[in-house]
Amino acid sequence: MSTHDPVRFIAKNLRVDLAVIADMIAPGSRVLDIGCGDGTLIDHLFQTKNCDARGIEIDMAEVTRAVAYGLPVMHGDADIDLQHYPDAAFDYVVLSRALQAVERPRAVLRQMLRIGTRAVVSFPNFGHWLVRWQLLSTGRMPMTATWDRPWHETPNIHPCTIRDFFDLCEHEGYVVERWLAADEAGRRSPWRRASRMANLFGEQGVFLLRHR
Amino acid sequence: MHPVASIARRSYASAAMDQPATRAETADSPRHTHVTFDDGILLECGTTLPSHTVAYRTYGTLNADRSNAVLVCHALTGDQYVAEDHPITGKPGWWTAVVGPGCPVDTNRFFVICPNVLGGCMGSTGPLSLRPRVDGSDSSEPWGTDFPPVTIRDMVRAQKQLTDYLGIQRLFAVIGGSMGGMQVLQWAAAYPDSVFAALPIATASYHSAQNIAFHEVGRQAIFADPDWQAGQYWRHGRIPARGLAVARMCAHITYLSEEALTRKFGRRLQNAPKDSTEAINLFGEMFEVESYLRHQGSTFVQRFDANSYLTITRAMDYFDLAADCGGDLATAFKGSRTRFLLASFTSDWLFPTEESRFVARALNRAGANVSFVEFPTDKGHDAFLLDEPDFHRTLAGFLRGCAMHAGLEARP
Repeated sequence: MSTHDPVRFIAKNLRVDLAVIADMIAPGSRVLDIGCGDGTLIDHLFQTKNCDARGIEIDMAEVTRAVAYGLPVMHGDADIDLQHYPDAAFDYVVLSRALQAVERPRAVLRQMLRIGTRAVVSFPNFGHWLVRWQLLSTGRMPMTATWDRPWHETPNIHPCTIRDFFDLCEHEGYVVERWLAADEAGRRSPWRRASRMANLFGEQGVFLLRHR
Repeated sequence: MHPVASIARRSYASAAMDQPATRAETADSPRHTHVTFDDGILLECGTTLPSHTVAYRTYGTLNADRSNAVLVCHALTGDQYVAEDHPITGKPGWWTAVVGPGCPVDTNRFFVICPNVLGGCMGSTGPLSLRPRVDGSDSSEPWGTDFPPVTIRDMVRAQKQLTDYLGIQRLFAVIGGSMGGMQVLQWAAAYPDSVFAALPIATASYHSAQNIAFHEVGRQAIFADPDWQAGQYWRHGRIPARGLAVARMCAHITYLSEEALTRKFGRRLQNAPKDSTEAINLFGEMFEVESYLRHQGSTFVQRFDANSYLTITRAMDYFDLAADCGGDLATAFKGSRTRFLLASFTSDWLFPTEESRFVARALNRAGANVSFVEFPTDKGHDAFLLDEPDFHRTLAGFLRGCAMHAGLEARP
């Protein structure tokens, strides 16, 4: 297969996770899904919300699967290819569970909010209590259902916590229009107004951003 | 003028069939289905051809609202016989893996049109055609090397005349590989509203210096053949078979890959032909790869005209779509609503993936809807013509998706 093995976070309950993201997207909008995999989300957005949804994916086998299914997906790299899109070409740019795997997360976020009016970002939360507990109690890198690869094998080179992400948005001047913490299955966690609680008990964070 | 029976094969009604500026017969191309346009075509070089013929084949049936037409553009040495046995060689069509009933370009569903390019030698006007006199009648001499230089844009303009003549306002898809892919890009740039889906395969938006260099070697081989006779070989009843064969052999290497050559031939030897005059043969043996290339060369000269080869290689060399649009390829596609599929192959060093990616990025800058896939294969540039199941599945799926967006019925 390709020498560029997939560098992405593998979601265990993809459909539920993507349903949370799809909820944040208005019908009929133009959407770019970065790291779209086999195109499940863009197909869902076209079928149920009549969106003009397109995708970029780094894993060629996934690209082939998506295009062979009739979905508009191109091979590309979030770190390299976003610069080629014009300003405000999309209403939403989605980065689902891939922020922690890109080389320059800040630059990718900037590009997302340049080419899209809004950005939807989801990432696994490194502040979850089990991660904290494992590091504290064993003194070794955590291994959980979400963080399930040894430190030397993981493609997730930029893990962050929900609080870290709030700080980054503040620093970069992004407005958090909506956010939620969810468990691994994508179910919403009940700590909507308490980011510290969400940071402790949420397995992943989902954010809807726009420029200030 | 003799009516050509094959023109009556067409299984559709065309309102445009009796346009005064067209006639369906010429003296010099009696064997191929064709149409002749008498209203003149102004070429990019500034010369006007007072009349020109487009030879073409069609497969399948045009539906009632004329929305299921697919134009297939052939490569340098291809022709209109894409999905049927070739009338000269008797070999199967050059893209039977892709075009036909149940194939990715399904002729049960789509009305497929494949024209021979302007400058070609399979019935369309080219260097082999009889040169018209000043009064408009045909002389007894072919154009030869006096045939005006044509460009990819000229080829596409001639194809647009054909689709207009067939009464098709919007093509559902335009598809082609290599030089055919250049034509696809030109179609999408020049007639964006006439192309719903564009599939440029194993191609580029300009011909690279390396590719021009290989073409030049081929052309010099033809010039160096004593039988070329300054391009007027017909006067001596000869063809520059040796030079054209060498040109083909050289080009053929560029269509393959080192890996494929090793896999197919390695260093294996075989007996040299008895009549071999070459002193360098040791023990009467030759390498299998030599024999293969010679076969490719000798079969090619039976079906292709040397002056056409010169004309068409030049057209490819001059192709640079961005240069025609002020230097930025994205401007060629600004505001395009066409859906694109770019496809390339890992071992293709004639039109490497980076050249397709360059086009994909320009389409991104233009805000166009683009799919882009590279297929792993060791078969080199030729892969687009060969059995590549992933490639074929992807073509089929892309066209299926486009048909849904175009509102095409599953059956015409």
